[in-house]
Amino acid sequence: MADPMRIRATVKDGKVDVRLLMSHEMETGQRKDARGELVPAWFIQNVTATYGGRTVLSAQWGPSISKNPYLNFRFSGAKLGEKISVTWTDNKGDKRTDEATITAG
Amino acid sequence: MKNHGKLFAMAGLVLALAPAAGAADRAEVKVGDAEAMREMFRGFSPRGQADLSRLRQDDMQKFCSTKGWEKQKVQVKQLEKEQLALIKYPADGRLMGDWRNGERIAQTGVGMQFSDAQGSTAGGNCYACHQLARAEVSFGTIGPSLQNFGKTRGNTEANQRYAYGKIYNPQAYSACSNMPRFGHGGILTEQQIKDLTALLLDPDSPVNK
Amino acid sequence: MIRNKLPAVLLAVACLSPVAAWAQTDTVKGIERYRELLADGNPAELWEARGEDLWKQKRGPKMASLESCNLGKGPGVVKGVYAELPRYFKDTDRVMDLESRLLHCMTGIQGLDGEAIKRTAFGAGTNRSDMEALVAYVTSQSKGVRMRVPTSHPKEKQAYAMGEKVFFYRGGPHDFACATCHGESGKRIRLQDLPNLLDRKDAQRAYTTWPAYRVSQGELRTFQWRLFDCFRQQRFPALEFGSDASIALTAFLAKNANGAAFNAPAIKR
Repeated sequence: MADPMRIRATVKDGKVDVRLLMSHEMETGQRKDARGELVPAWFIQNVTATYGGRTVLSAQWGPSISKNPYLNFRFSGAKLGEKISVTWTDNKGDKRTDEATITAG
Repeated sequence: MKNHGKLFAMAGLVLALAPAAGAADRAEVKVGDAEAMREMFRGFSPRGQADLSRLRQDDMQKFCSTKGWEKQKVQVKQLEKEQLALIKYPADGRLMGDWRNGERIAQTGVGMQFSDAQGSTAGGNCYACHQLARAEVSFGTIGPSLQNFGKTRGNTEANQRYAYGKIYNPQAYSACSNMPRFGHGGILTEQQIKDLTALLLDPDSPVNK
Repeated sequence: MIRNKLPAVLLAVACLSPVAAWAQTDTVKGIERYRELLADGNPAELWEARGEDLWKQKRGPKMASLESCNLGKGPGVVKGVYAELPRYFKDTDRVMDLESRLLHCMTGIQGLDGEAIKRTAFGAGTNRSDMEALVAYVTSQSKGVRMRVPTSHPKEKQAYAMGEKVFFYRGGPHDFACATCHGESGKRIRLQDLPNLLDRKDAQRAYTTWPAYRVSQGELRTFQWRLFDCFRQQRFPALEFGSDASIALTAFLAKNANGAAFNAPAIKR
């Protein structure tokens, strides 16, 4: 199974700043290995962030995103001490969900 | 080399200031050449085309690895004389190849690393250290700029001989130069060195445009 | 909304490159800006997290954690240890760097196979290296700590002196030594700035920013890897992981960085 994400969420004046790192190879499917054979595509396709049962971010990704991606986004209306949850799914069907508590920014 | 001396002086100062340092604390530890070579042989293992014989130093490598070599004027002159005698000029007497090939050789840095395929053609990697053609902005500065090398010096036979010899064995002209001995070290072939000579001196070469 | 730094920066570079006459200073500034952008969200943290788990987990044939491992400041102490390594260890009667000491603990305390650890010391994609993760974690606990590599023990002095010899050791078909590229100030290889490791400022900046996440490889690289790959490019044979020669060279370079605040795991191109 994939490694946990590193999620940091801080709130200031009602605005939440979310920074997260995901551990993923993000293979494009266009690279060749040392034997000259194509390395199969393997990348995160969907990223969803939810807060209080509501989706605050939904993204479709492709092979142009770098290995071990870093994502930074903001949304408003969240409270200190509440949790944000992030889920990614990749093109092999692998999936990972992690949570973080929103702290003071 | 100058900086090296400075750092050492600084280290010495720190040691001298250290309070109540014992006599053993201040004692200079000397490591001899033979001891260093033994440690190198213990510290590496053969891989791919790179075997341990690469760690065996020849006279030039040994001399140029010692601190203060530049002060040994007599040995420096002697070294240059010996290295000059090692240069093998082409039997056909022709020193100029094709600058187009030369440009390709100057651009590639592959060859002779244990990660490179054995027997693959090595490059000269000249751009790693030198500025050459004006169009190539990605050049290093370890060596001097060679832009307009032929234009300023002239494409004379003497200069062809110098350029070929310098690429073949730079130690012959400047002892302990950082530049590899591309001919003597078996890195480049005679034809490749001719092509690089042309890159430097041919009036049509981008180096002289 | 979604920002992925690397593609954006590459795009900027691609836009600039057709302008043949752009000044070198712009190139340097561009690279600086690229580094700044990368520093936010360093994936090295992923290695640090995995390394912390590896440090605390009971593993190996002896089902033991590394929390009894002595990295120089007592069993289990991780805080600040990297700023004082390499150093002399009485129990092995040897000067050791972090990697060789971790290897010592993993084989001794956990009963893991040392040769297997050495073989997998440098990770590649899904073949991950526990060593790199552990080094990321331990070094992260020295962030901000001033480098204070000791040379009071005779064997530490000996290692420093040997490291200096290794630094100047010319060999191989290309006659290269470490000093060839790292013995003068203000030099570049292609567009890459080269630190002069004999100059205090450069040596400090270089040493305190390893280990580092290499964006071009997507891997966290340790100082042992840094030396290994320099020697590969020097056309030398393969540097033995944790060999005395590698530790001596590390001791030389680490001590030259004394006085500077440690600032890694960092991020590099």
